[in-house]
Amino acid sequence: MDRPIRVLIAKPGLDGHDRGAKVIARALRDAGMEVIYTGIQQTPQMIVEAALQEDVDVIGLSILSGAHMTLLPRVMELLRHHGMHDVLVVAGGIISDEDARILKEQHGIAEVYGPGASTHEIVRFIQERCRTRN
Amino acid sequence: MDLAQALLEGNRRALAQALTLVETGGSQARILLGALFAHTGRAHIVGVTGAPGAGKSTLVAALAAHWRRAGRTVGIIAVDPTSPFTRGAILGDRIRMQALSGDPGVFIRSMASRGRLGGIARATGDAIAVLDAAGFDVVLVETVGAGQGEVEIAAAAHTTIVIEIPGAGDDIQAIKAGILEIADLLVVNKADRNGAEQTVRQLRTMLSLADRPADGWTPPVLTAVATRGEGIEAIAAAAEQHLVYLRESGRFTGREQERAARELRLILQETALERVRALVPTSEWDALVAQIVARTLDPYAAANQLLDRALSH
Ligand code: B12
Ligand SMILES: Nc1nc2c(ncn2[C@@H]2O[C@H](COP(=O)(O)OP(=O)(O)OP(=O)(O)O)[C@@H](O)[C@H]2O)c(=O)[nH]1
Ligand SMILES: [Mg+2]
Repeated sequence: MDRPIRVLIAKPGLDGHDRGAKVIARALRDAGMEVIYTGIQQTPQMIVEAALQEDVDVIGLSILSGAHMTLLPRVMELLRHHGMHDVLVVAGGIISDEDARILKEQHGIAEVYGPGASTHEIVRFIQERCRTRN
Repeated sequence: MDLAQALLEGNRRALAQALTLVETGGSQARILLGALFAHTGRAHIVGVTGAPGAGKSTLVAALAAHWRRAGRTVGIIAVDPTSPFTRGAILGDRIRMQALSGDPGVFIRSMASRGRLGGIARATGDAIAVLDAAGFDVVLVETVGAGQGEVEIAAAAHTTIVIEIPGAGDDIQAIKAGILEIADLLVVNKADRNGAEQTVRQLRTMLSLADRPADGWTPPVLTAVATRGEGIEAIAAAAEQHLVYLRESGRFTGREQERAARELRLILQETALERVRALVPTSEWDALVAQIVARTLDPYAAANQLLDRALSH
C-alpha cells in the first residue's frame, strides 16, 4: 500500500510543553508521513474525535505534565468505545518506567518514549507496525 | 459493510473512511463516488484562500461557528502542502478550529496537497462530493496558503473568498493579478492592525480596473478580525447573497456545467489511463518507454498507439 501513513500528534491535558510533540511531528513528516498536529490542551474526547475524522493510522500522545495515568487510559477507553481498535497508539514525555509498563500491559498503548528517545527509532517502530495495515 | 450506505445514514467513521478512500483513488474510490453521486449537489461550497498566515483557518472556524448558530451543518476540508522532498506533511489547520470540537454538526478533515500546485489536492473535489453527499449544508475548503496560483479552488467552489491582510499594499499589485479574478468576496482580515482601510481602498481600486466579466456581481470588500469573530456575520451574509445571485442570474447552472465538464475530463483521463495500463502487459509498456528513451518512437505516437489498441479492444 503506497498510501502515506497518517498520524495524529496531540497533547492531552493542560500541559504546555510542546517541543517534544513538534520534534516528533517534524521527524514523522520527514519520514514521509502525513502528520495532523492539533496543538496543546486537548481533552481525550477532542483527541479521539480528531482521530476519527482524520481516519489516522496512528495516534501519538505527548505528555510531560504528570497526568498521564488518568488521561491516557481515558483516550484508550474512548477509542475502544468508538470501535477504533486498529489505531496504533504511542506515547512520549515524562512517564516513569513503572507507569509505562502499566500503560502498555493494561491499557494497550503500543510503546512509550522518554527524554532523549531517538526519533529514528520512533519512525522505524511506526513504519514497522503500519506495514500490515489494510 | 457498505460504505456508501453507512455514510448516507450518518455514520461518521464511514465518512472518514470514505474520505481516505477517495484520497487514495483507484477503482474502489470511483465506485463509491458513483454510488454517492445522486446525493450530491445540495451543499453550498465555499472556498477560502489567501497567503500563508493570513487567517484562513481562523476565519473558516468563525464562519463555521456562525453557520452552526444559524442551524446549518458544516463540513470542512483544510489543505496543507506536502513536502516535495519527503512526501510527508504537517497538517496544522485544526489548531485554529478547536472551538468546533464536540459538535456533531461539524466534520473537519485535513488533507495534504500530495504534489498538486493549485492550492488544493487532486482528490479535494471528490472529498467535497463526499461531504456534500453526507448532507452537510455548507462545505468550507481552506486552500494551501501560497499567495498565488491557487486558482483551482474557484473551479471547485461556488463562492470563493480571498483573504488579504493590511499592509500587503506594496506588493499587492504584483502578486494579486490572478487572485482578484477568482474572488467572489474579498476579506481584509486582521483589521485590528494598522492600514486596513487603506488596503480596502486599494483592493476596491484594483477590482474596478480588473478584467472581470461583466456578469453583474461586484465582489464586496469586507473587513474582519477573525480571532474576535468581528465581521463574520457580514461575510457569511455576502457568501449567501452570492449563492442567491448565482442561482437567480443563471450563473449557477453555468458554473455547474464548468464543474461537470472539468470533472468528466479528469475522470476520463484517470479511467482511460487505468484501462490502458490494465490492457497492456508491463513488458510491452516498458518496451515502448525504452523506444521513447532511444528516440526511435515519439511519446505522442506511443500514446496514440496504446489508445487505438484499447479502443478497438
Ligand atoms: C523546556 C521545559 C519547559 C519549557 C517548555 C517550553 C515548551 N514550549 O515546550 C517551559 C519553561 C515553558 C516549562 C514550563 C514548565 N515546566 Co517544564 N520542562 C522543560 C524541560 C527542561 C525540557 C522539556 C523539553 O522541551 N525537552 C525537549 C524535548 C524534545 O524532549 P521531550 O519533550 O522529552 O520529548 C522527547 C521524548 O520524551 C519523546 N516524546 C515526547 N513526546 C512524544 C510524543 C510521541 C508520540 C512520541 C512517540 C515520543 C515523544 O520523544 C522526544 C524526543 O526524544 C523539562 C525537563 C526535562 N529534561 O525533560 C521540564 C519539565 C518537563 N517541566 C516541568 C515542570 C514542572 C514545568 C512547570 C509546571 C514549571 C512551573 N512550576 O511553572 C511549567 C509548566 C508549563 C505548562 N504550561 O505546562 C517538570 C515536569 C514534572 C513532572 N511531569 O512530573 C520537568 C520534568 C522538569 C522537572 N524535572 O521537574 N518547562
Ligand atoms: N491580530 C490578528 N491576528 C489574527 C487574526 N486572524 C488570525 N490571526 C492570527 O494569525 C495567525 C495565523 O492564523 P491562521 O488562521 O492559522 O492562518 P492561515 O491563513 O490558516 O495560515 P496557514 O494555513 O498556515 O496558511 C494566528 O496566530 C492567528 O491567531 C486577526 O483578525 N487579527
Ligand atoms: Mg490554516
